[in-house]
Amino acid sequence: MKPAPFDYVAPRTVEEAVDHLTRHGADARVLAGGQSLVRLMNTRLATPAVLVDINRIDGLDGIALENGSLRIGALARQRAAELSEVVHNEASLLAQASAHVAHASVRRRGTVVGSIAFADPSAELPAALLALDGEAIVTGPDSERTVAAADLFTGAFETSLREGELISAIRVPRRPDAGAAWTEVARREGDLPVCGAGALVTLDANGAIASARIALCGVGATPVRAMAVEEALTGAEPTEDAIVAAAERAARDLDPPSDPHGSAAYRRHLAVAMTRRSVLRAAERAREGAANA
Amino acid sequence: MPEKVRLSITVNGVEHDVLVEPRTLLLDFLRDELDLKGAHAGCEHGVCAACTVLVDGEATRSCLMFVAQLDGAAVRTVESLAAADGTLHPIQQAFMQEHGLQCGFCTPGMLMAACELLEHTPMPEPDDVREALGGNICRCTGYQNIVNAVCAAGPLLAANVGTPTAPPAQGVSA
Repeated sequence: MKPAPFDYVAPRTVEEAVDHLTRHGADARVLAGGQSLVRLMNTRLATPAVLVDINRIDGLDGIALENGSLRIGALARQRAAELSEVVHNEASLLAQASAHVAHASVRRRGTVVGSIAFADPSAELPAALLALDGEAIVTGPDSERTVAAADLFTGAFETSLREGELISAIRVPRRPDAGAAWTEVARREGDLPVCGAGALVTLDANGAIASARIALCGVGATPVRAMAVEEALTGAEPTEDAIVAAAERAARDLDPPSDPHGSAAYRRHLAVAMTRRSVLRAAERAREGAANA
Repeated sequence: MPEKVRLSITVNGVEHDVLVEPRTLLLDFLRDELDLKGAHAGCEHGVCAACTVLVDGEATRSCLMFVAQLDGAAVRTVESLAAADGTLHPIQQAFMQEHGLQCGFCTPGMLMAACELLEHTPMPEPDDVREALGGNICRCTGYQNIVNAVCAAGPLLAANVGTPTAPPAQGVSA
């Protein structure tokens, strides 16, 4: 298998990268870890005329707290996020979801931001970003802007990025108070999930659920919030019965695809099951957190 | 035609100054340009890991990297493991001893992934091996003997002193 011919550029700064992207528009693709893009190029499902390799840009691999939120640079590898103490402490869901991406050797190359920009509807990290209410920091030819996760994913493998724009980092609000859990079902360990769910649960002083945020992957063209479940949970006691009942709402508004990995009916079933499991675990962790505080 | 890229890459300790088409995959470069056929072309899209080599010490699917990305990088392939006289590297000995291969197609990738694991975890437990080699597909062995082999390689390596990514210098007994 051979990729179609392309021109290769390795800019040293974000500005230079944006310049290449602006000049070549839709003919250009960004190369970060390459673990998704190069496989598409090998099978010629992607045939960019210009490959903009951002790996030579210094300072893009940071994972750090900045003004009260967690910032993850475009070259931070999934493995680094998975093992990062600050990610575990401040946005544990992202670390948990990262650990489910493919295999360790792939995660050492693959980047968190690359997976988000690739916008595979089955992938973990776009859904985790949505559950965490994160945002993309987007650098374009004229300015920098932020795009909330809810506005970023517009379709399967499609984002609201404009030509010439690059996601230089993502920003995720600190959620040290929230119990977090990622669960998924994949055909084999390391495969993309058929369906996955990430949940964040906080408890109030009386132990009732103060807030719940849940996002699912594998059930539509984009990651989706399970808002009906979130509403049902807010203010409820975090009992198993209440969570099981609320999770039943997860499939209500879904119209998932059928493909060889799973039928629409199976995905709807999984949406409920993954929601239930992730919320049960997240609530348990929120309780443990409160007990240890 | 796109402009070729000039770069320097070290493979198994030998530096090469090369001029490559941007689309040249590391896997094809190793096999076709350097005649190193150890890294195997299996699926060629990042699924099977038979093409795994070490890039700056990290187990990497060579079908998912372009040579153009590797200016200044050091690559090790399975050919770097055995000594010039054919003496097997302890990891290879362990695979032989534990029947960690049958047809052998996946073995170069397994060995290089094991190299990386043993560099960081000299005495791995079975779960460590499953984590590190979980992305490498084998259609013969059922995996158990591969896990046994990598676990057995730890003590063999310790007895041999050499480190997995820096095998005994060629022609010098360890």
